Amino acid sequence: MAAASMMPIFSQNVSSNSDLVPEWSRQEVSTGTTIMAVEYDGGVVVGADSRTTTGAYIANRVTDKLTRIHDRIYCCRSGSAADTQAIAEVVSYQLGFHSIELDEPPLVETAAHLFRASCYRYREELMAGILVAGWDRRKGGQVYCVPIGGMLVRQPVSVGGSGSSYIYGFMDSNYKPGLSKDQCLDLTTKALTLAMERDGSSGGVVRLATISEDGVERRVILGDQLPKFSTH
Amino acid sequence: MEKHFTDSRVKGVSTGTTILAAVFDGGVVIGSDSRASIGGEYVSSKTINKVIQVHDRIFCCMAGSLADAQAVTKTAKFQLSFHSIQMESPPLVISAASVLKQLCYNNKEELQAGFITAGWDKKKGPQVYVVSLGGMLISQPVTIGGSGSTYIYGYVDAKYKVNMTREECLQFATNALALAMGRDNVSGGVANLVVITEEGVEHIVIPGDKLPRFSDE
Repeated sequence: MAAASMMPIFSQNVSSNSDLVPEWSRQEVSTGTTIMAVEYDGGVVVGADSRTTTGAYIANRVTDKLTRIHDRIYCCRSGSAADTQAIAEVVSYQLGFHSIELDEPPLVETAAHLFRASCYRYREELMAGILVAGWDRRKGGQVYCVPIGGMLVRQPVSVGGSGSSYIYGFMDSNYKPGLSKDQCLDLTTKALTLAMERDGSSGGVVRLATISEDGVERRVILGDQLPKFSTH
Repeated sequence: MEKHFTDSRVKGVSTGTTILAAVFDGGVVIGSDSRASIGGEYVSSKTINKVIQVHDRIFCCMAGSLADAQAVTKTAKFQLSFHSIQMESPPLVISAASVLKQLCYNNKEELQAGFITAGWDKKKGPQVYVVSLGGMLISQPVTIGGSGSTYIYGYVDAKYKVNMTREECLQFATNALALAMGRDNVSGGVANLVVITEEGVEHIVIPGDKLPRFSDE
């Protein structure tokens, strides 16, 4: 995934056992990807590309990597598709149960801690990088980053996945505290587009979601509507 | 974040680095950071110069193994000056790049060095060429290289425009280097920039504390 995109592959094309089964079917399904989450005053914006790969084959070109964990809490998944789906299901269940016990909507921080608990306990077996983002009444919009290994840190803006390396510079120079919702949406769209153009494991459409007190608003930006940058 | 393969898996001293070059209206800017490290753990030099002059109006930046890059540029400098005397005129930028390409391609098994060549000549004006690890040679209006370059692909794609002014291009290059040095642990130190135009060559050094700062999370 990430390694494949950087190193010039001179030839690993001699298939090991047989040519009966294509190489890509023997590879794990990965969401080599670009995901991003930004806080603004009153909520969060989350975004992701839509490509899932097994080796060089794009298994799903319209993947939805923005997964609902609770009414106002979403997670962005990167890494192994199976691992992240399983973790998201587990956390979703745990959070739903917790929310019923409490008789009030869960905190984003709680969801983030549940993710971290699973990711850290099973760190040897898992390959999952997750961004947890949402809105709650206590602290408003929040973004928590749970990268591979199971660390937990809150950040006002965070990117993840194989394509994220290419947009650190763009993000550092364009993000300022105090952006409005539309500015965050614009920043996320541009950043994801730039990453998708450079990372072979990211592509397809841009999926966005805005989470605030009023609820969740989802949108999709198709390939031909993505912003264009001067070609060189 | 996922583990990322960088080109700093070289033995000995490596210029895990950030280098870039960009064409503007009337000239070209070439620049780099100034850190040399061993295995990404020890900074062996904080102020190394990676922008080497191979002729009056032609400079190149090196990335990869420092020893290999220095050996190649020394050879290239000699061959180029000989060629220039034979032709009785300043060499073309593409000639300089081709000399580097020949050395990199013919010795690709032993060498681990890549170059960006930038300069000005009378035939085509300002140009930038890239010679990659295996010896490929291509011309681009803007190019970045080294381990720190991965972090600024998005920034460069978004910000670079053709026919910028000299000031705009300098600001663009300074910002790009600062952003890369802020994210890559094997790039750092000062920003070394060289502006090459028909009139001449200007060296600009920006120390670490004078580099632009971006909002830190």
